[in-house]
Amino acid sequence: MSEFQESHNSNVSHNSHSTPPAKNAAHINDDLLSSLRPPTLRWYLLAFFLGAVVAWGLAAFTYQMMNGMYVTGKNRPVMWGFYITGFVFWVGLSHSGTMVSSILRLSQANWRRPILRAAEAMTVFCITVAGMFPLIHLGRNWTFFYMIPYPNQRGLWPNFRSALLWDMTAITAYIIGSSLFLYLGLLPDLAVARDRTSGWRHTMYGILAMGWRGTSHEWSVYHKASTLMAAMIIPVAVSVHSIVAWDFAVTVVPGWHSTIFPPYFVIGAILSGVAAVITLMITIRKAFHLEEYLTPLHFDNMGKLLLVISLLWSYAYFVEVQTIWYAHEPIEWEVFGFMSGKYTPQLLVMLLGNSLLPITCMCIKRLRRSIGVMLVVSLLVNVGMFIERFLIIVPSLSHKNMPFAWGSYSPSWVEISINIAALAGFALLFTLFAKFFPIMAISDVRELEARKAEVLLGRARVPSIAGEE
Amino acid sequence: MEKMTSPYKWGMVIDLDRCTGCGACVVACQAENNVGLCDKKEISEGRNMHWLRIERYWVGEYPDVRVRFLPVMCQHCHDAPCEPVCPVYASYHNPDGLNGQVYNRCVGTRYCGNNCPYAVRVFNFYQHEWPKPLDNQLSPDITVRSRGVMEKCSFCIQRIRRAKEEAKGEGRQVRDGEVQPACAQTCPAEAMVFGNLADPRSRVARLSRSPRRFQLLEHLGTHPSVFYLKGGGREHV
Repeated sequence: MSEFQESHNSNVSHNSHSTPPAKNAAHINDDLLSSLRPPTLRWYLLAFFLGAVVAWGLAAFTYQMMNGMYVTGKNRPVMWGFYITGFVFWVGLSHSGTMVSSILRLSQANWRRPILRAAEAMTVFCITVAGMFPLIHLGRNWTFFYMIPYPNQRGLWPNFRSALLWDMTAITAYIIGSSLFLYLGLLPDLAVARDRTSGWRHTMYGILAMGWRGTSHEWSVYHKASTLMAAMIIPVAVSVHSIVAWDFAVTVVPGWHSTIFPPYFVIGAILSGVAAVITLMITIRKAFHLEEYLTPLHFDNMGKLLLVISLLWSYAYFVEVQTIWYAHEPIEWEVFGFMSGKYTPQLLVMLLGNSLLPITCMCIKRLRRSIGVMLVVSLLVNVGMFIERFLIIVPSLSHKNMPFAWGSYSPSWVEISINIAALAGFALLFTLFAKFFPIMAISDVRELEARKAEVLLGRARVPSIAGEE
Repeated sequence: MEKMTSPYKWGMVIDLDRCTGCGACVVACQAENNVGLCDKKEISEGRNMHWLRIERYWVGEYPDVRVRFLPVMCQHCHDAPCEPVCPVYASYHNPDGLNGQVYNRCVGTRYCGNNCPYAVRVFNFYQHEWPKPLDNQLSPDITVRSRGVMEKCSFCIQRIRRAKEEAKGEGRQVRDGEVQPACAQTCPAEAMVFGNLADPRSRVARLSRSPRRFQLLEHLGTHPSVFYLKGGGREHV
């Protein structure tokens, strides 16, 4: 196996353009299941570190719950701060899976295959992390169930006119939908894992694989189901972030009340999602030595996607700001002036990270294929996106309609800790997932290899599977 | 607009020509409504609990400076931005046109506070305590709010309730001037007039038709129940 890897690596580095030779099924299984080997000491250390950060966040949350919301930086009039910023940010990240996976699946882009699983898993974990923020930010967290619609002694049904209820509905739907999407894609791989393990793992994969045997009937149902799921999850994803945007757009707060918000938020979400998938691809590639599956070609294609989305984001941002500037409505202009005056460095980092840097770098093929550049750009995009969410929420609240009641906001250590713990929590969930489940879609990758393999038909060599490409 | 199901539509007129900015209304409100006591730290953090604030504006350039006062409490909007955004109906509209707040329903999303253009909603960031002799001042008519809930001016709904019950017992409607909130009762300049806007002959309804009248942020279409009478006369800028 090591020989195989070496020979193949050299091949890739020499000419990444030509199609690499098809790998055989056993090799692929070995390679892609290697991440499931018993964890090393370094893995334990990483998990322990992430767990410690999460524990710190939990302690901060407990402290906030025991004392009151004064431990945050919020005040009147800025009643939403870092938690809602985190919420919108993580909902945005969760668009990675659906958008990257579904759109590429539906458009039958074959290069998507090694990326799918990571993107889909990321969606599930991001939306889980995002869903916790609105609950953390409640003044009385222990009464959160008042918002759940069920027949109760209070004789009250929640208020479905409230955008927060739409949020809860949409996020619940998205968690369920994206988990099913992930699970469906996992089924054949769970069966592969089941057949190659023993002990408790064998039992676990056996139960999860639900008796998958790989018959042609199963495969045909599987393909239909995954195409259907991919098509259905896109409207859910679009609606989720539109609804998050409506949290702001349906209010009368200057700077929030804007018709462009839903599409603008969706574009922003896809931008941060795509960037996050790139970051994750680099991490997985390094951590599990999957250089021959995640080739510069994949980064090249993801770079192009990032370029397109970044252009779209810049367009949407320009449209929004241009309308405010042209209308020059006093209070909106005041909010904009306050934002660009008080948060100038943040604004510049945002414009650099979300617009200038990705647009310039991703135009150049050499940079798209450079892992280092991709890492820096993708990380900066998400720093920019976090700032973007913050700059939408806080300046508007600071300078609302009544000038006498203007204020400002800076996050407290509790809010910062919980936001960092959210990141660590996501990383921990992903680390655990990558240890227990195949992190690359084995069956999908094998299908691609099978397509590449050529067979002799008379004197001609033809692809083994007649496909669209 | 919803159907009127009550003979009352409570409203207030504040004459800015009469307001001296003394702040008696703020104190009265605090005493009447069990509003939490805030120390220096809380106020400097922007977390004071006043249901009613006196906004002070300077008009003109030094040395020709005049000061103008604007008492702002909950405007009890008829199309209130705070109401539809609450996921648990803690903020609701009652038939008398009041903008109610049900404390024990509130989960503390603070969405209403964000969406209130007048920024009159206050949130209990702290658990408030009343040190020894002051606890005797707590009114038994009103809930003492715990931390984590939103609160705001109720037009002294406990007084309105009592007046309505007395009137009902005597088989009549509440008379004009029979009920007034603590701020209006206390105002030494009688700048605040409270009453039933649905009765066209009430004092508040007549004043609300004054040519000097205006409402705060009228352009937002919130239809507030509080009218202001423009102050300053010729010197008004």
